[in-house]
Amino acid sequence: MAECCQNEKFAELQQVIDQLKDSQGSLMQVMQKAQDIFGYLPIEVQNFIADGMGVPVTEVYGVATFYSQFSLEPKGEHTLSICLGTACYVKGAQAVLDRIKSELGITEGKTTADGRFTLLATRCLGCCGLAPVLTIGEEVYGRVVPDDVPGILAKY
Amino acid sequence: MELIRSHVMVCGGTGCTSSNSLQIIAKMEALLKEKGLDNEVKVVRTGCFGLCAAGPIMIIYPEAAFYSHVQVEDVEEIVNEHLIKGRVVQRLLYKEDHAEAQHVALNEVGFYKKQIRVALRNCGVIDPENINEYIAFDGYQALAKVLTEYTPEDVVDILKRSGLRGRGGAGFPTGLKWDLARKPVADQKYVCCNADEGDPGAFMDRSVLEGDPHAVLEAMAIAGYTIGANQGYIYVRAEYPIAVHRLGVAIRQAKEMGLLGENILGTGFTFNIDLRLGAGAFVCGEETALMTSIEGKRGEPHPRPPFPAVKGLFGKPTLLNNVETYANIPQIINKGPEWFASMGTEKSKGTKVFALGGKITNTGLVEIPMGTTLREIIYDIGGGIPGGKAFKAAQTGGPSGGCIPAANLDTPIDYDNLIAIGSMMGSGGLIVMDEDNCMVDIARFFLDFTVDESCGKCPPCRIGTRRMLEILNRICDGRGREGDIELLETLGENIKKSALCGLGQTAPNPVLSTIHHFRDEYEAHIREKRCPAGVCTKLTKFVINQDVCKKCGLCSRTCPVGAITGDRKAGIPFTIDSAKCIKCGACQEACKFGAISRK
Repeated sequence: MAECCQNEKFAELQQVIDQLKDSQGSLMQVMQKAQDIFGYLPIEVQNFIADGMGVPVTEVYGVATFYSQFSLEPKGEHTLSICLGTACYVKGAQAVLDRIKSELGITEGKTTADGRFTLLATRCLGCCGLAPVLTIGEEVYGRVVPDDVPGILAKY
Repeated sequence: MELIRSHVMVCGGTGCTSSNSLQIIAKMEALLKEKGLDNEVKVVRTGCFGLCAAGPIMIIYPEAAFYSHVQVEDVEEIVNEHLIKGRVVQRLLYKEDHAEAQHVALNEVGFYKKQIRVALRNCGVIDPENINEYIAFDGYQALAKVLTEYTPEDVVDILKRSGLRGRGGAGFPTGLKWDLARKPVADQKYVCCNADEGDPGAFMDRSVLEGDPHAVLEAMAIAGYTIGANQGYIYVRAEYPIAVHRLGVAIRQAKEMGLLGENILGTGFTFNIDLRLGAGAFVCGEETALMTSIEGKRGEPHPRPPFPAVKGLFGKPTLLNNVETYANIPQIINKGPEWFASMGTEKSKGTKVFALGGKITNTGLVEIPMGTTLREIIYDIGGGIPGGKAFKAAQTGGPSGGCIPAANLDTPIDYDNLIAIGSMMGSGGLIVMDEDNCMVDIARFFLDFTVDESCGKCPPCRIGTRRMLEILNRICDGRGREGDIELLETLGENIKKSALCGLGQTAPNPVLSTIHHFRDEYEAHIREKRCPAGVCTKLTKFVINQDVCKKCGLCSRTCPVGAITGDRKAGIPFTIDSAKCIKCGACQEACKFGAISRK
């Protein structure tokens, strides 16, 4: 990533910190914004937040590792999330996940070598009527069967 | 004023949005404009209608014509036929599998007939992003009444008389909870709303927030007045982007109207609400963990007492209720506690929303009076189990609950009865399982969930649930030992007694309840190394029934690993080499004669 963009991103994060620093319990909000800006929370960003918010970096790291939505590693171009909620599981989400894993050659939580897909197994997305469900970015695919997987992946 | 002759309600809930309801709305609006009908026909994006299985759903008033599975391509026909010529498009009307006659109107459909909508009353009826529509349906009337006519003690008394119990799972009496939070004297108090709906398979809170966000805001303001708080927080899952958006819109509109913020309705009462987004941690649905998370910290629970009513958010007295609980409150104030208490059973009053999922025809949201039996829910409302399969169990209460077997289908559902039969109400997810589901595998699924979501603070939950999962894994893999069932029971009982918070204390429930009702399945896995439902792949074997087999060879060509051999011309029967077989089931699906079965 180019140096200039990084500087702009840190400047944007600084604005967020200035805005939220004085409101009670705002660390998580700052980190959520930081993840929106950078896409993930590398150690430099965690240090920056810790300095800006006046808390030890251990606290920032502690929060980052507690919640599954914070990522310490960069994500792929597309994030593929397959719902493993009960309704989806009962309707065969595991078989769909197995097929995705074999098609992409990665396990849950990992990113493909070409950086195109990150595969996540998520908690219930609340579209149980469409089970089993997977999402790629904002796009939702419902009633998926394993044989749909190659066709869906080919669109990206 | 323009006269609107027809209202087209299109579901904008998460389920229907995922099946293109937004594109349907856009197409409909464009067509109406093109034909010059845009000032006589109004398109409304509503909240969830409940029948997610039939989505995207469209209802056209005044006929209340109930269209299901609407596609973007169907919109033109609906406009030309229904809205211009006044002829209902028969082919798109919702059809019930078992009913011969088609129903035109919404309230004739079996799915809705037995329902009474209290918490969901505005879902699918109003535009959730327009506060005027909420107000037109008596919105904020309860808040006005409370602020001008009632003392805080009156409100507590009304709630106590209504018999409302917390809809988040444990069923604590709401009136008592409000009274406990009202009593302490403090410079600052808080009202919180638990919208961290984490139970897999439960999505009623999401639907309320998406379909009727103002009901929650109004109830929270009433709570603020009652306990003496001027700040509220809604802790909502980041996984629910539509709900987050609509809450934001609702809060802004309520502030503009003077229904939130300073000096509400000129009474001098001030109340603000802020949103806090979760970041994917199931334990944050536990009340002490939720408040720790609002404080911006790791969402770890802490022991009670002190209870939140005494020392909660930022160390101040705090009232915390769940979304569905709040959604009931404005109507209890408007219609009176006696009206609410007239529904339900002796100890569980009112209605409860259930999210039907799994192996059931009408997946979706239903709201029924407490005391309805599981049989009515599954067969009369839910339309039964698809594919003519046999009912095996219903799971309620998510990872904290248990399974209800066929023998208990006629138990009236309420808080106490569910606990008596080894499950719990939980937030209201109801997952139906049929003969193809393995109960040991389901228990393992839930435990895998709790192990992953355990925050790690207390050892019974952190270590105990992991040991239980290891035992279940080995049972499913065919390495189960004699005594494993008893070991699971002992471990489970001990974890229930010793874990710190609700997550750990209830984590063993799915295992204990499946052992209780389906011990024979556990025994088959351990003693016979057999999975009766054919789910656990290591215990499953595919065989070809030679009497049925027509020797077409399709299975052999379908098999991805070449495990099936045989030759029709040479008269060699087709057989599966179980050493090569990866148990993918492709052959079974491919066979047109049903000759391949799982053993």
